[in-house]
Amino acid sequence: MSEHIVSSYDNDLQGLRRRISEMGGIAEKMLVDAIAALLRGDLPLAQTVIASDSRLDILQREIEESAILTIARRQPLAVDLRETISAIRVSGDVERIGDLAKNIAKRALAIGGQLQPQKIAAGVQHMSDLVLAQLKDVLDAYAQQDTVKAVDVWRRDGAIDALYTSVFRELLTYMMEDPRNISFCTHLLFCAKNIERIGDHTTNIAETVHYLVTGENLAIDRPKNDRSIDATVGAGA
Amino acid sequence: MSQIALNTSSAIGSAAAADVDAPIRIAVRNLNFHYGDAIALKNVSLNFHDRQVTALIGPSGCGKSTLLRTFNRIYSLYPEQRADGEILLDGQNVLSPSVDVNELRARVGMVFQKPTPFPMSIYDNIAFGIRLYENLPKSELDGRVEEALKKAALWNEAKDKLRQSGMGLSGGQQQRLCIARTIAQNPEVILLDEPTSALDPISTGKIEELIEHLREEFTIVIVTHNMQQAARISQFTAFMYLGELVEFGPTNKMFMTPTKKQTQDYITGRFG
Repeated sequence: MSEHIVSSYDNDLQGLRRRISEMGGIAEKMLVDAIAALLRGDLPLAQTVIASDSRLDILQREIEESAILTIARRQPLAVDLRETISAIRVSGDVERIGDLAKNIAKRALAIGGQLQPQKIAAGVQHMSDLVLAQLKDVLDAYAQQDTVKAVDVWRRDGAIDALYTSVFRELLTYMMEDPRNISFCTHLLFCAKNIERIGDHTTNIAETVHYLVTGENLAIDRPKNDRSIDATVGAGA
Repeated sequence: MSQIALNTSSAIGSAAAADVDAPIRIAVRNLNFHYGDAIALKNVSLNFHDRQVTALIGPSGCGKSTLLRTFNRIYSLYPEQRADGEILLDGQNVLSPSVDVNELRARVGMVFQKPTPFPMSIYDNIAFGIRLYENLPKSELDGRVEEALKKAALWNEAKDKLRQSGMGLSGGQQQRLCIARTIAQNPEVILLDEPTSALDPISTGKIEELIEHLREEFTIVIVTHNMQQAARISQFTAFMYLGELVEFGPTNKMFMTPTKKQTQDYITGRFG
């Protein structure tokens, strides 16, 4: 893309991109650390995750303010308008991802390293591996304006939903086996749900990347495999 | 990828969305224009839809004003300027020597960048053009003047000073007076050549509001350097560069997802 005649316009848009990229880096690290804190019972790490969320909030606010100013000052059109609107949308999604990671860290503190037995953590670990890959890919797709990569992320989210359904059933089973499991299983269930929600935000970002590059929205219906709403105590056993 | 994509430009619902099925009022076919030896328009072909606003955009010297000036043959006042090709107004080629240019200019009215009221009263500014073609009794003429001023959204401001000079009005009012003068002839097409570039934002807003209403009755072609104005008030946009038509399409599409790189570079301020 060639440069604007008014060079400060390029600086404005680059500023948005730079902040999104910083937000993406922070959110990725928060998620990695939150999962590690949860599964290893690393409480200081959980505290670090909780502390880093404020930086995300500040960046998101800066992006919003800067995007609004760009609209007011320059009345962007075509790809510039899409880029400005996309920055607002993506920063919103990344900020939510940070909140969800922070919530996982808080639950890691609540469980307090009492995760027993370890094998039930395997499903959550697997889910988080998938979501982390999604998050990394979609941030790359945004930075590189790569629609193929974005659509790939968008399609892959179904696998996370399916995994969430199986984790849901597994945790339900543990809770039925022994009521003492209910407390940490509930926390773990919320963590799994948070991870699943992060996956949804990555697909939102994928949709935004597609819109940014092509000017067209992806179809409303995305492949979904969350069957947990169909699961009952009887069905889970 | 297309099977998973929605077409947003057609999904945008607004009163100002382009009606691509509107009948064609002016059809330009293979139009070339010469200023002496210089070529100002190169093989331009495009359609102007009935009761739609079409904006002509492009950098200075791209030929947009020249194109506008061919529709009522106002260029023929200058002997060294000539056009070839076809401009079909309701199917009739206006470039044909058999066309009566005075009648043509009554059908295709024009408003210029700088307001050009005649040095006469507000009333006479409008009655002047009507008297050229029609011999009306005073009461009927009064009615026509009032109607034109109302349609040009100037009646409330001018009704108590119809006998005062049109030169005494503000710039924005003068421009609306010129629009009223054009409307009074009952034209089919109104050509606007940067009609708000000399006006303040409030007067500009009033003219834009007026254009929105005039669209219900007239086919409007506007030349503007203001991209946001073109995006706001037009249903179709044509981008011209170096005498050629680069891209033409519904305005929503032209300003959100233009097809040609040149168009995108121009409307986003990247032109080198």
